[in-house]
Amino acid sequence: MAVAEMPAAREEEMGPTANIRVTVNGAPRSATVETRTLLVHFLRENLGLTGTHIGCDTTNCGACAVLLDGKAVKSCTVLAVQADRREVRTVESLETDGKLHPVQEGFIEEHGLQCGFCTPGMMMSAVALLQKNPRPTEEQIRRAISGNLCRCTGYVNIVKAIQYASSKMKAGPSGGRRA
Amino acid sequence: MTVHGGIGQAIKRKEDARFVRGKGNYVDDVKLPGMLYLDIVRSPYAHARIRSINIEKAMKVPGVLAVVTGKDLAMANLAWMPTLMSDKQMVLPTDRVMYQAQEVAGVVAESRYAAADGVAAVEVDYDPLPVVVDPKKALEPDAPILRPDRKEQTNRIWHWEVGDREGTDKALKSSDVVVRENLYIPRILVSSIETCGCVASFDAMGKLTLWMTTQAPHAIRTVFAMVTGLPEQKIRIISPDLGGGFGGKVPVYPGYVLAVVAALKTGQPVKWIEDRSENLQADSFARDYHITAEIGATKDGKLTALRVKTIADHGYTDAAANPSKFPAGLFHIITGSYPFQKAHVEVDGVYTNKPPGGIAYRCSFRVTEAAFTIERMVDILAHKLGMDPAEFRMKNFIPSGAFPFKSVLGWTYDSGNYPAALRKAMDLIGYDALRKEQAEKRKQGELMGIGISSFTEIVGAGPSHTFDILGLKMFDSCEVRIHPTGKAIARFGTKSQGQGHETTYAQILAEELGLSSEDISVEEGDTDTAPYGLGTYASRSTPTAGAAAAIAARKIRDKGQKIAAHLLEVGPGDLEWKDHKFQVKGVPDKAKTMQEVAFAAYTNLPPGMEMGLEAVDYYDPPNMTYPFGSYICAVDIDKETGEVHIRRFVAVDDCGTIINPMIVDGQIHGGLTMGLAPALLEEIQYDENGNIQGGSFMDYLLPTAVETPKWETAKTTTPSPHHPLGAKGVGESATVGAPAAIVNAVVDALAHLGVTHIDIPMTPWKVWNILHQKGVA
Repeated sequence: MAVAEMPAAREEEMGPTANIRVTVNGAPRSATVETRTLLVHFLRENLGLTGTHIGCDTTNCGACAVLLDGKAVKSCTVLAVQADRREVRTVESLETDGKLHPVQEGFIEEHGLQCGFCTPGMMMSAVALLQKNPRPTEEQIRRAISGNLCRCTGYVNIVKAIQYASSKMKAGPSGGRRA
Repeated sequence: MTVHGGIGQAIKRKEDARFVRGKGNYVDDVKLPGMLYLDIVRSPYAHARIRSINIEKAMKVPGVLAVVTGKDLAMANLAWMPTLMSDKQMVLPTDRVMYQAQEVAGVVAESRYAAADGVAAVEVDYDPLPVVVDPKKALEPDAPILRPDRKEQTNRIWHWEVGDREGTDKALKSSDVVVRENLYIPRILVSSIETCGCVASFDAMGKLTLWMTTQAPHAIRTVFAMVTGLPEQKIRIISPDLGGGFGGKVPVYPGYVLAVVAALKTGQPVKWIEDRSENLQADSFARDYHITAEIGATKDGKLTALRVKTIADHGYTDAAANPSKFPAGLFHIITGSYPFQKAHVEVDGVYTNKPPGGIAYRCSFRVTEAAFTIERMVDILAHKLGMDPAEFRMKNFIPSGAFPFKSVLGWTYDSGNYPAALRKAMDLIGYDALRKEQAEKRKQGELMGIGISSFTEIVGAGPSHTFDILGLKMFDSCEVRIHPTGKAIARFGTKSQGQGHETTYAQILAEELGLSSEDISVEEGDTDTAPYGLGTYASRSTPTAGAAAAIAARKIRDKGQKIAAHLLEVGPGDLEWKDHKFQVKGVPDKAKTMQEVAFAAYTNLPPGMEMGLEAVDYYDPPNMTYPFGSYICAVDIDKETGEVHIRRFVAVDDCGTIINPMIVDGQIHGGLTMGLAPALLEEIQYDENGNIQGGSFMDYLLPTAVETPKWETAKTTTPSPHHPLGAKGVGESATVGAPAAIVNAVVDALAHLGVTHIDIPMTPWKVWNILHQKGVA
């Protein structure tokens, strides 16, 4: 096995880099990244936000879904540099002041998760849906999460979890605006 | 008095608290100081000689630290490793690649990106060889021998048969009606949303810690010790949170071994995480059974005999994950829910230029293949006889009074009530009304079908007299410790992959110990702390480790009773365990709780008694368990597109005693979806050169929320007589039972056109072609 005594000087020969400033979960973050760095790797490895997962490499599974300026995107198909001067929200932002987001509560109450791997992406898609459409029909929910694959649950309880959140948010003190 | 969070309660899951916050700890979340990354060079050819591997350019790629090839491994005698089926498998090839996407070299670098750059810079010169893709052709006399290293110069790996060949021949010959069908159950991949991976790290004392996506950490530790020669106490396997398993995280993949070798050589921790295309192209497959089945009956519809011949495509090595005595798994559960007098089953395992496997896809060893075959064949026969498939099944079921029932192929079914489950499913879906509607629709030229599947599973492997893997008996274990304040920790030899063991095991212990389930922590997956067990697959956790929990708790109760007697100043025989307390018989207010007893176990013991309150149980089940169910599916077929729309699907399951109804329903929902998947969508295909045709989620289609119907579930409860809680296991029932119901429904919709069978997956294109040929579309 060939083992290098010293790795080739990486810094100098690294591909092109860029300085980025991204607001992540409300806090400003800046870093120098290779321009090819995917947003999901930036979140997981540079910032240690490992709640966002990676499940495929073809933008199919949605385990990496986050909100970019409020819209759900698959962070494996966004470059970190594309998030420069924009706002990213991940699963870690959902709980506020020790209180779970209604979507998180719904997933627990309705048994909307099993292994938990697709769950953060699924919840971020749900949050994006409920922001746009606070009272979605079952059909609309199923369409909205059709870019998020789950292998464990068969989706029935995920749909219920999102319906739970929808009613909870409507009944909530802020009149359903919180998402 | 009920205990909080005891058996039968739909309590919420403990593990959800971390998962909904994004605080699960999966393998890819493990980050160690100085950690390096491994990426793998893979073969573009399905069969080729390796002329040379040039790593010069790769070693110059910035960030690349090391490249491992087969020659390096051969020097340490690690180029090959044994499979669970006593065949052998390459870690890296020294001269020949045997399937497309096979591992050829490993590149270790400071970052994922640099490792990928290094992989792209490794130059491999291949000399292509003739490729064998079709297992039937592999058995022809002039086929190239794929494994010249074996003594037997044939591509037939093994031949296995069971049953009465001549008696079955005779019984079929004298049957009034016999139908025969070829059923192909395609190659599929479990595709858990988390792929496989590991982090390997050696400490200064030479101890290896391996965080690994494994369903069977203890057995894997033993295998690693045997393969690498590392002392077993110097290997610690930690299986952290797993993002699904379904059987795909049972095998040892070359990447794991390479990461360990790389960590040893570089002296730094090494992470390897496969990407999705690697997972689909190279990880262990499931199914790939080419089945020919014949089934006979009398003219009044009584089943007589069953004959099944199968060619099993195993890829280039037999790396299936079956109990050692059963190369075709438990395929001989194939007589299903019916009391056949005669049956004969034979299977030939065959080598081809494809990735190895033959693992489960969310089912006990080859049980889906068996259930699919019998439930398809029974349906085909009912249609042939012009009998309603529900009536035909009712007429032929093993009678509910016949349990324990000894099947003609040798299994002893523990308990069952098949007519009750089917009757319940028929009532729930409104079977008679649906049949009427179907007749109406057919008159109007619309295509509607109703399909039934009344399956019987065999799970919970298994009794030590029959079940082992590489000699390791298939027991499982639980160790419970009760702390002075009456709180407890329990550790198990199994490993949850989403099934919710932290919740359900605590429920079993809560019920048996009279403690709140909230006061019981459950841990699994760390071989340094958990008792030895064979792991979680084949729906075995509740049948084996769940039983161990009950028995361990009862051992604690035995000791607890003596302590309680001491506290109450009575004889132990004066006490009974009632209402989750130690009570003086007939005097309910004179009692001690487990919490009081626990405190006394550390503070106020009877003279001469050993301190502490703990127990361990290694449970060797006396028999397998036999969950069953009846599913009914109603489909509408779009004549213009060939699309199958599942209008309703009613699943009645019987898994014996239910620990947590919410979790059981969740397991059924997920299992049904993984039954729908191969029925309608999933298949891994190869072209004639062995090129994989579905190596990413662009082509290999998992069901989304749009294709998946709103599953309707219900239960009957027939406890297992030999399990201490009466439980049978439930994780896989629906994956086993669902495919036949869906195919039976689609074929039923087209039966009037003369269609008797459609191979899965029943894609719109396939169905439309049939409609087109029949002049309907």
